[in-house]
Amino acid sequence: MIETIATSGLILNEPLLWEKGRKGRSGFSLPRRDVETSPMDPALTGEGPDFPDLSEVDVVRHYTRLSTWNFGVDTGMYPLGSCTMKYNPKTNERQASLPGFSRSHPLLPEKLSQGALELMFKLERYLAEITGMEAVSLQPAAGAHGELAGMLLIHAYHKGKGSQRSKIIIPDTAHGTNPASAALCGYRPVPVNSNENGILSAETIAAVMDEETAGIMVTNPNTLGLFEENIKEIAEVVHAKDGLIYCDGANMNAVMGIVDMMEIGIDVLHLNLHKTFSTPHGGGGPGSGPVCVNKTLEPFLPIPRIVSENGHYALSEDFPQSIGKLDTFHGHFGVMVKAYSYIMSMGAEGLKKASQLAVLNANYIKEKLKGVFHLPYDRPCMHECVFTDKNQAANKITTLEMAKRLMDYGFHPPTVYFPLVVQGAIMIEPTETESKEDIDRFIDALQHIAQEAKENPQILKEAPNRCKVKRLDETAAARKPCLAG
Amino acid sequence: MKEINELNLPDDLRYAEDHEWARSEKNNIRVGIDDYAQDQLGDIVYVDLPQKGDKFSKGEEFGTVESVKAVSELFIPVGGEVIEINKNLEDIPELVNNSPYDEGWMILIKPDDPAELNALMDRDAYLEMLKGQ
Repeated sequence: MIETIATSGLILNEPLLWEKGRKGRSGFSLPRRDVETSPMDPALTGEGPDFPDLSEVDVVRHYTRLSTWNFGVDTGMYPLGSCTMKYNPKTNERQASLPGFSRSHPLLPEKLSQGALELMFKLERYLAEITGMEAVSLQPAAGAHGELAGMLLIHAYHKGKGSQRSKIIIPDTAHGTNPASAALCGYRPVPVNSNENGILSAETIAAVMDEETAGIMVTNPNTLGLFEENIKEIAEVVHAKDGLIYCDGANMNAVMGIVDMMEIGIDVLHLNLHKTFSTPHGGGGPGSGPVCVNKTLEPFLPIPRIVSENGHYALSEDFPQSIGKLDTFHGHFGVMVKAYSYIMSMGAEGLKKASQLAVLNANYIKEKLKGVFHLPYDRPCMHECVFTDKNQAANKITTLEMAKRLMDYGFHPPTVYFPLVVQGAIMIEPTETESKEDIDRFIDALQHIAQEAKENPQILKEAPNRCKVKRLDETAAARKPCLAG
Repeated sequence: MKEINELNLPDDLRYAEDHEWARSEKNNIRVGIDDYAQDQLGDIVYVDLPQKGDKFSKGEEFGTVESVKAVSELFIPVGGEVIEINKNLEDIPELVNNSPYDEGWMILIKPDDPAELNALMDRDAYLEMLKGQ
């Protein structure tokens, strides 16, 4: 084994809270009753929920112990492809917890919410500037909700022209949730294949684009980590038949301040503030999936919208063509504060540099590992690179085993078996967060694992060996899930 | 995972590009996924099948199969009406892994055009296709 940051130490076991509870324990004392008892509405009475009785220290120790079993971006490198698990600077949390933000109530009158509204108004403008788009709504709750918002906007556009269309083109390198978002809006997804270079050809799109097709959902850069170089031609083909271009912005971390999305023909784009703009996700907090549009689609944006007049900010519902309201109140406001904090901390040059470093890091890993792992598309990548387990097949070692083994070296595994267009995919997204030293350690670990696959495949089949729980039976968990406490 | 020469591909079946098999049974056609598909997918945890009476034309999606790796679409190799589905798969999806051609069958269809079966690959042609991948 090479020198690694992973080691073993004392890990405390912890039972389920239901096993831990004892009748009569309590976390606090109710004040003495100072009113007469009175009967309750029978509709409100009955058996209470099945909660265990626990003391305060029981609960604190329970969650503290569980937290020591965890692995997060604050623990180590988390190169989960397509998820942009970048470090979330602590200043973001500090700004979001300022009482003026954290304790403001969404039902406060406008004149008492000027700071919150101003922040949202400015964040919209910044996101428009970063993407090159013209108008933004911060309302969608997360990525897939942003996709749905995009689909509803496209639907509203065609409806406004008195026509209705039934199909949406979706490439095999699009983000995984795209077909579901289109279908939820009533469209039938039409799958198209990428070409031998892993990107879309304009001819492929021309062959399926017709007057029944509302538009196309592209992810750019796509899920192979490649830039869709033909996007302008594709946009022309789709626009020629009055279709619209939706871009999934999940991979925006590669192109902040570099690609002008309007210029390449995008009509609507969603962003994941929880990926690109460094707010916690993956169990760490809610997401936020703003939609950015051009002038054509602006009238359809969700309401209420934030408007500004003479330095006064207000919420307006006076947009008769709007698709309506998508979320309670104003969306996930706390996430917006964190994203705003990130943008202000980084500045225009800093954001651009972050994207450049994210792309550089991915290309460095690609070049260093392409002799060891099969690289299906050997060309410059963007913020992530995709390998396969083809070279290890002779030793009967698969992607899954190598991913499990990586945990023994102290790294979170990359995304595996996605995108589906690559068999046995290993999808690595280092982000700009990691230093060269950490990336080199990661590369060393993977090179070492490839060596183990040849010399000692058994150790991979049993991996992880150093984690608190060893190889989990994922099949039994999926076939016979136990979801009770 | 299996090498190509380790695959079990019976002679009496026809194979589709998307790795479904089809077997002629009197006037009907039984359909499932082949050894290559189940091996590539890994442990199957859920099979979503159509309703009896549903109609599909050749190549349409008739269901999905979920493994520990991914959810994949199932495409009907011969168009027609579903007259029976393998209800056992609801509780025992691993039948597809353990017995892809027998207990792990998926649907029985009454074909619109039985000749569509002949357009599918035989064992040798299918093997050639797999070698090319």
